Amino acid sequence: MGVKQNTKTLFRRNVPLAQPRFQFQILERHTFNNGHFPTFSEKVSEHKQLPLTRGKLEILQLNLGKLCNQTCKHCHVDAGPDRKDQQMSREILQQALSLIETYNIPTVDLTGGAPEMNEHFKWFVEACFHLGVHIIDRCNLTILNAGKKYEDLPRFLADHHVHVVSSLPHYNKKRTDAQRGDGVFESSILGLQKLNALGYGQPDSDLILDLVYNPTGIFLPSSQSVLEPQFKRKLKNKFDVDFNNLIAITNMPISRFLEYLLETDNYERYMFSLLDAFNPATLEGVMCRNTLSVGWDGSLYDCDFNQMLNLKSDLPNPTIFDLQPDKLEGEPIVVHQACYGCTAGAGSSCGGEIA
Amino acid sequence: MSEKKYFDPEDLKKFGNITEFQEEMGKKFFDYYAEVFKEGALTQREKALIALAVAHTVQCPYCIDAYSTECLQKGADEEEMMEAVHVAAAIRSGASLVFGVQMMNHVKKMTM
Repeated sequence: MGVKQNTKTLFRRNVPLAQPRFQFQILERHTFNNGHFPTFSEKVSEHKQLPLTRGKLEILQLNLGKLCNQTCKHCHVDAGPDRKDQQMSREILQQALSLIETYNIPTVDLTGGAPEMNEHFKWFVEACFHLGVHIIDRCNLTILNAGKKYEDLPRFLADHHVHVVSSLPHYNKKRTDAQRGDGVFESSILGLQKLNALGYGQPDSDLILDLVYNPTGIFLPSSQSVLEPQFKRKLKNKFDVDFNNLIAITNMPISRFLEYLLETDNYERYMFSLLDAFNPATLEGVMCRNTLSVGWDGSLYDCDFNQMLNLKSDLPNPTIFDLQPDKLEGEPIVVHQACYGCTAGAGSSCGGEIA
Repeated sequence: MSEKKYFDPEDLKKFGNITEFQEEMGKKFFDYYAEVFKEGALTQREKALIALAVAHTVQCPYCIDAYSTECLQKGADEEEMMEAVHVAAAIRSGASLVFGVQMMNHVKKMTM
């Protein structure tokens, strides 16, 4: 089942926003017409939480590459079918395995692009499964219907007890396709049905299927407790689809969502909506406290967003080959204006709400 | 020279400032308002859709902006939001049309 691309990657269009440095300049130097906009550091220091520092490492998040079968309008990675250039190598994955085993890191979180498109995906998942680690696959669902190569993927995920965290921004086809590409909604539903048939999201099953909701426009997500019952009711009634939890994630003002904000003249409005919704109670639980993000080349970042802005962790040698997971506690976290995206409202992280 | 206008969408952000001229009543209003929109016998989502319909009835542009956004945030889709507006429109038009009975009564009295 094919999906149409909504747009082309910034990389392919070779526009200035494709450069992380250019995005960072917009975030840091933009002048607002509607009054003073404090830096994230200023805002955090008002609550005496600066510097933000790391806690115990619980999640190693690996970005396996930017290759994806979709080109979503809001993508913070600038992923797409043309991004074949940056794929995580087996050598780096082997190093990750070694660290997971040595330091008993409880969770490995696989993201992309479509992480399943990395040629080492299955080998790595099998190796993690044998270590008994909790494996998260951030699956776009349509990859499950992307041809013969991926036909056995649902069964593979089930056999290895992979926790599937799948993107579905809305139960409404129009809304989903507008963000992710024509045909994505129908293919996503088919993907969910395949996973359900294997036991995912079913009562009394240990195969966990979570959905990721992210707004399909310039608004912030409501609380998961408001959204989850709607999604459960609508998807069950219309498509007989079940899932476990709905995870609500705020769109970050970087990469293609930043382009959308600038093109529609909504950048200032969106940034102020993030500022107005700043919730200091989220600071304790922001994901950079317990998660470390690894780039395709083994570089280390405090989160996947910092990775896309090329802001490496503030460590002497921020590469996976020099990583000492037991020495991370107390290390400062690199913050910037896009961090307002994680502290708005109930907060936002790869695991959903924070506060 | 800046353009002068009666309606400025940016004024919505200053709504809270009405306490500047009458603090006690303003504060009571906002406390009441916050209480009304909490999850209760009706969900926050249902309340947002009702508010959107009422916003169209009272034709308040600030309320329409605010509750269009609120409905989106609460997960409502375009179809649901437009149905809410139609509910408002149906009640408004019905309120006019029901007086057609009064007109008919009058006409029947006046004619053979």
